[in-house]
Amino acid sequence: MENANFLVVEDSPTMRQLISFSLKRFKNAKIIEAVDGVDALKKLSGPDTIDLILTDINMPVMDGLKLVSLVRQNAQLKNIPIIIITTEGAEEDRERGLALGANAYISKPIQSSHLIKTISELLSV
Amino acid sequence: MSEEQKAEKFLEIFNKGKEFTEELLRENQRLRYRVAAMETEASSGPSEEVQRLLAQISHLTDENRRIQQRFREVEEENKDFAHRYIEIEEQNNNLANLYVASYQLHSTLDFREVIQIVQEIIINLVGAEAFAILLLDEKTNELKAIAYEGEDVMPGVESISTRLGEGVLGMVAKTGESYYVNQDVEGSAISIEKPLAAVPLKIKEHVIGLIVIYKLLQQKDAFSAVDYELFSLLAAHAATAIFSSKLYSQSERKLNTIQSFLDLLTTTT
Repeated sequence: MENANFLVVEDSPTMRQLISFSLKRFKNAKIIEAVDGVDALKKLSGPDTIDLILTDINMPVMDGLKLVSLVRQNAQLKNIPIIIITTEGAEEDRERGLALGANAYISKPIQSSHLIKTISELLSV
Repeated sequence: MSEEQKAEKFLEIFNKGKEFTEELLRENQRLRYRVAAMETEASSGPSEEVQRLLAQISHLTDENRRIQQRFREVEEENKDFAHRYIEIEEQNNNLANLYVASYQLHSTLDFREVIQIVQEIIINLVGAEAFAILLLDEKTNELKAIAYEGEDVMPGVESISTRLGEGVLGMVAKTGESYYVNQDVEGSAISIEKPLAAVPLKIKEHVIGLIVIYKLLQQKDAFSAVDYELFSLLAAHAATAIFSSKLYSQSERKLNTIQSFLDLLTTTT
């Protein structure tokens, strides 16, 4: 997958940097960062067409689950693949995230190879 | 039919029988010659064509064996490459974790931010649910929790206080040696005094505090190899980052005091 635009939604700068680091494996990837759900919605209405969203769940202002739900209700954004990356590893959390419309659910700590594989599958690279 | 006619008929049949017998004898003779010729041919060894074909079969069999052997070797090499690829992927992942942790730790001189970053590393990169960061008060020789997470799963984590040299935590701070519980052997006997891991924050041999892990996230069974690398990175880099930011905030406070004092002197004169 070349020239993909990724939106990384994370309140932790450490995780944002780590995820962005992994995404650089995709040639000419553009990484747009947001610190919470509200910031993510602003970035989604910006000039860049987002190919995939990676979001945390626990964030201030607006959490990741609310963001997933709002994106899926929006006619223009509803088809963007979403990956949830979170510390919440319980099966019910996973089910809830997927039921809201996320395409994949990855528990922290993340393995870069697993993240790349999941993204590649979602973008059918 | 008269007697004469009967005799002629008999003679005719007899002649036909004679001809047939002679024919059989000739065929028999011809076949005996053929058998004799074939026996001679067989006893004198295979013909040149057969020998050439046999040699070709033997050559092809050898080649087939060599190709099969090479195929097995390439298959083994392939497995080895796949294995090495996975190892390199893992190394790459580990190095990314260490790079990010180190980069973030030295990205600020704000004490609260440094502590926040250490917490983020412990939660997101190590995968800990309950932990505490303790700092050593050199005047009282007391270790006190300055940041923590998971007080719901490890009650008491918010108010850890222990003296240097006392208990597991005090000994880790005194000796500067990391402590890890062998969970296979020691089961679930985790308590405030006996954590999963206690890592000293050291500047050279000088211990300034501890990182104490009590519980991992439910999706994580045990520490991995990179966790121990992260702990040794944290032991040194978090210590210097915490120490520097503390010194910086103290110097900033002093600078503000001096500046205020100078301002006061300037205005009064």
